[in-house]
Amino acid sequence: MARYGMVIDVTKCSGCYNCTLACKDEHCGQEYPGYAAAQPVTGQFWIRLVEKERGRYPKVKVAYTAVPCMQCREATCIKMAENGAVYRRPDGIVIIDPVKAKGQKQLVSSCPYRVIYWNEEKNLPQKCTFCAHLLDQGWKEPRCVELCPAGALTFGDLDDPESEASKLVASGKTEVLHPEYDLRENVAYVGVPKKFIAGTVAYGDTDECAGDVAIILSGPGANAKTTTDNFGDFEFEGLPDNTAFAVQIEAKGYRVRRLRAKTQSDVYLGVIKLAKITESTRIGKPG
Amino acid sequence: MSEQILTQCTSGGAVWVHVKDGVITKIRPIVLDEADPKSWTIEARGRKFTPPRKTTLQPYIVTEKARIYSENRIKYPFKRVDFDPKGNRNPQNRGKSGYERIGWNEALDMVAGEMKRIRETYGPAAITGSTSSHHNWGLLFYKMGPFGRFFNMLGFTTLHDNPDSWEGWHWGAMHTWGYHWKLGITDNFDLLEDALKNTDQVIMWSVDPNTTTGYPGQDSLIWRIWLKELGIKLIFIDPWCNFTAATLGDKWIAPRPGTDAALAEAIAYVWIKEGTYDKQFVENRTVGFDQFKKHILGEEDGTPRTPGWASEITDVPTRDITALAREWAAKRTMLGCGAMFGLGGACRSAYSTEWARLMVLLIAMQGIGKPGVNVWGGAAMAAPTDFSFQFPGYSSAGWDAFGLVAKKPAFPMGNQVTQKLYRLLLPESILNPPVTWTGEGFCGQFLEQQFIQYTYPEPGSPEIKMIYRHGGSYISTMTETNRFVKMYQSPKIECVVNQDCHWQSETHFADIILPASTGFEQSDISEWGAPGGYAANKSGSNFRIIIYQKKCIEPLWESRPDWDIYCDLAERLGFKEEYTEGNSREDWIKKLFHSTSLPRYITYEEFKRKGYFVVPPPQGDYKRTVSNRWFYEGRPCNSPDPFNPLIGTDKADKLGTYSGKIEFVSQSLLKHFPDDEERPPMPRYIPSWEGHNSKLAKKYPLQLISSHVRFSFHTHHDNKSPWLDEIPVHRIIKNGYAWWPMRIHPSDARPRGIRHGDTVKMYNDRGAVLGIAHVTERVRPGVIHSYQAGAKYDPLEPGKPGSVDKGGCVNLLTPSRMVSKHASGMANNSCLVEICRWEA
Repeated sequence: MARYGMVIDVTKCSGCYNCTLACKDEHCGQEYPGYAAAQPVTGQFWIRLVEKERGRYPKVKVAYTAVPCMQCREATCIKMAENGAVYRRPDGIVIIDPVKAKGQKQLVSSCPYRVIYWNEEKNLPQKCTFCAHLLDQGWKEPRCVELCPAGALTFGDLDDPESEASKLVASGKTEVLHPEYDLRENVAYVGVPKKFIAGTVAYGDTDECAGDVAIILSGPGANAKTTTDNFGDFEFEGLPDNTAFAVQIEAKGYRVRRLRAKTQSDVYLGVIKLAKITESTRIGKPG
Repeated sequence: MSEQILTQCTSGGAVWVHVKDGVITKIRPIVLDEADPKSWTIEARGRKFTPPRKTTLQPYIVTEKARIYSENRIKYPFKRVDFDPKGNRNPQNRGKSGYERIGWNEALDMVAGEMKRIRETYGPAAITGSTSSHHNWGLLFYKMGPFGRFFNMLGFTTLHDNPDSWEGWHWGAMHTWGYHWKLGITDNFDLLEDALKNTDQVIMWSVDPNTTTGYPGQDSLIWRIWLKELGIKLIFIDPWCNFTAATLGDKWIAPRPGTDAALAEAIAYVWIKEGTYDKQFVENRTVGFDQFKKHILGEEDGTPRTPGWASEITDVPTRDITALAREWAAKRTMLGCGAMFGLGGACRSAYSTEWARLMVLLIAMQGIGKPGVNVWGGAAMAAPTDFSFQFPGYSSAGWDAFGLVAKKPAFPMGNQVTQKLYRLLLPESILNPPVTWTGEGFCGQFLEQQFIQYTYPEPGSPEIKMIYRHGGSYISTMTETNRFVKMYQSPKIECVVNQDCHWQSETHFADIILPASTGFEQSDISEWGAPGGYAANKSGSNFRIIIYQKKCIEPLWESRPDWDIYCDLAERLGFKEEYTEGNSREDWIKKLFHSTSLPRYITYEEFKRKGYFVVPPPQGDYKRTVSNRWFYEGRPCNSPDPFNPLIGTDKADKLGTYSGKIEFVSQSLLKHFPDDEERPPMPRYIPSWEGHNSKLAKKYPLQLISSHVRFSFHTHHDNKSPWLDEIPVHRIIKNGYAWWPMRIHPSDARPRGIRHGDTVKMYNDRGAVLGIAHVTERVRPGVIHSYQAGAKYDPLEPGKPGSVDKGGCVNLLTPSRMVSKHASGMANNSCLVEICRWEA
């Protein structure tokens, strides 16, 4: 039996919302008995797109993270459900029974990922089904995956080592969105936005961009090196949250600069001007 | 009844439509099967690239089902309650009064009756009409067929469109590299392979392809991801960190709006100073460089165009300008603007002719056409494509799409009226004639069309008494939209008809409203992503797919297909036989099918059954015709460019400029407007008539840029699907109302006491628009970004010109002044505003 899962590559996502819209096209106002009641026309996002603006002018980027139901193997919603209203199919898909789950509002807060929505009108908790009603008809992938123009969503059998999804997981590049929840999720991610430290280096004497300058990052558990590009820009991506780092900038003929940065948010250090070592600075500060 | 899967085509992708019990249940991409031809493969840098075997859709197309069944559909024919064609017409109440439902016969009799009366009283030139851009899609039955054939047979004053998405290229670049047959932009062939193999970086100057690739869906997104995977750098120059920049960009450079030409001049300065340009190309393939060089070095006016000089103007650091110039010279660079899908907001601003011409000159200085160096629209065009397969687009026969197969085409000879109107000047023409202007907005026949002097009314011709709108809305898409509100309330306009699928902002100004069906409620035929005509053989998709657009459902409510409506009007006016030539809808489609290359590959029955046909992509060793390569190499043009009039002549190795070369000093301008200081023969930065250093900036210190909207094709999808209202990039729901976002930098928000999510009023002397402040680092300080073409003009005082608008119609604020005196384009992005918190 298959174990269906999805790998979501945040680095490919352009934020077009096709996944969210495809889901609405499939589920809004259309019910699939045994699988899901109709999604209300507005207000629910069974695959939600989270936009995160990172950095500050002029070093800005945006990451879009699509968040469907994680189809957890240790699903808290199953545990919190009364009456067996939430169950796992043999293929790993977690289904909220649209009849049995009536009135079970506690399921909404049972999910730490916040992907269960409350249908006020139907008195019903609802969520993503991986389009199980289509898979059972022979479809190869859910609607959101079919409509992704970037190839950012990969759907497949995680127990089949030959599936694209399995290969991505095996590549070691994936992680779950919140490993701390410890839910054995069947949805994994590539490129989950972490934190960056970036800056721009210029020569103080000429005010030209300082290209090809060595930048050394050090901090707990993360030591890295890079060089600036021809605009003098450098970036360390994928750093952990809330961690103090030291950045050292070394250019031949210029005084070494050391800066500190803490990754409470993404850090753009701005334009860092290097001071040229001249005779007078040498005399003033020997060694 | 079991589910059917039918094929359709839209303005943003070819689709499969699932229909059950007469109701649409799904809108999907078309997924190719094994019987369809093999995909192309590009081998580059040790990798093989081949596209996914399905179509991709623009996000707004994924909402088509919601749009088709939208509550905002025009469900019945209507008449304004206080409009009486036999008595009091109350034109002053247009935009204010409500509507009453009437029957089809009454509506058609009234419209035909008004047409007859106005023709007989004033002459056919007293009627004008115009269409949307892409509210539906279909080769025969979208607009140039039904509307174009009808009005050209009826006779009417043609309302010339302006080249609204590519103004600066049309009015400027055409004088630098020719290409009048492409309306001032270059063709794009085989550039995807060239880029994957040879390019080091792409400079996207005022381009956001992830937002504006339109018709071919999002097919090219994967190409840009490939560029990224290969480490090809993407540099973005834009005052707003657009969606492509924010997700794929390596570097964002943000000049003040309207100063891009200064940045371009400084790049040329660095290249000239450092000798890092293609001297051989400049020597052999261009004219006027010596004069340009003198100008750039300051030998003309004592002001060298140094990076420091440009930094003062653009607010881009001097060192960044120098670095950009050096990077560009050192690396094989594609320039992402200047071809379809690379048009950009900078071309819709004051003196944008200068920027567009300088773009051509810069890429010329780097040897346009050599491997890896070219103009490549948004990195969104020119996959391997077989253009020898003949299939036209809806605009291939001009303003009568049926003319492709009709015994007697109605265009261009059908219409006997010679009077012309210009879309940008329509309100002035109605309210304050006479009005004069320079140039035809689409000068695809010959370059000098843009020098023609027009006057309205034409001597001996009547003024306009009737306006007929076929889809779309000027209100919100044209500049200084309040002008149109005033125009519609003029007593000079005796009758306004609006025929459309949805209630657009402008529908509320009509006297008679005719409900039209969407493309999904009728059959048609088309190639996806291919409008034809000036855009012939421009492909931004992975596959050429010809679609039999199958009627999916019966027309909803009392709506009827446009063609059927015009047939009934033509019958009442006595020219139905001539209009239809006895053809049914199916007859037209079949005739069109047989006029193309399709019958060589597939029978009509099989085509109709399967619903689509994939033109076999070229394989392996096919003959490439990389754009502009022929010119770089100095040989005759061999591009599959059907409208290049020089192909096959002894000038086939020349461009369409007067000299046949790229012109640093435009010979056509030198001849026709030698003393024009606003578009001088040699391009240069000219301070904007409404820019950061204008006097008006003291009162309105913020520059508004209003680029093409991401989650709607013009006004056609916004305000039609509740799903789009929930996309926070598109609209922001607050207190139950879907507001338009206005993006502002924290350093501009703070002193105004504006916080993220506040309701704000953006205003200037032309109007005031409410929206929600989106405080973001993605706009440079001093700039507001808010999309144009919101489809919800919602004045607090309906019908009152100048009323505060709640719906986000930012074109109320943009200037009606045109690019420059003789460049009759719109300049939406030269717009000063102030913004403040709004307490309702």
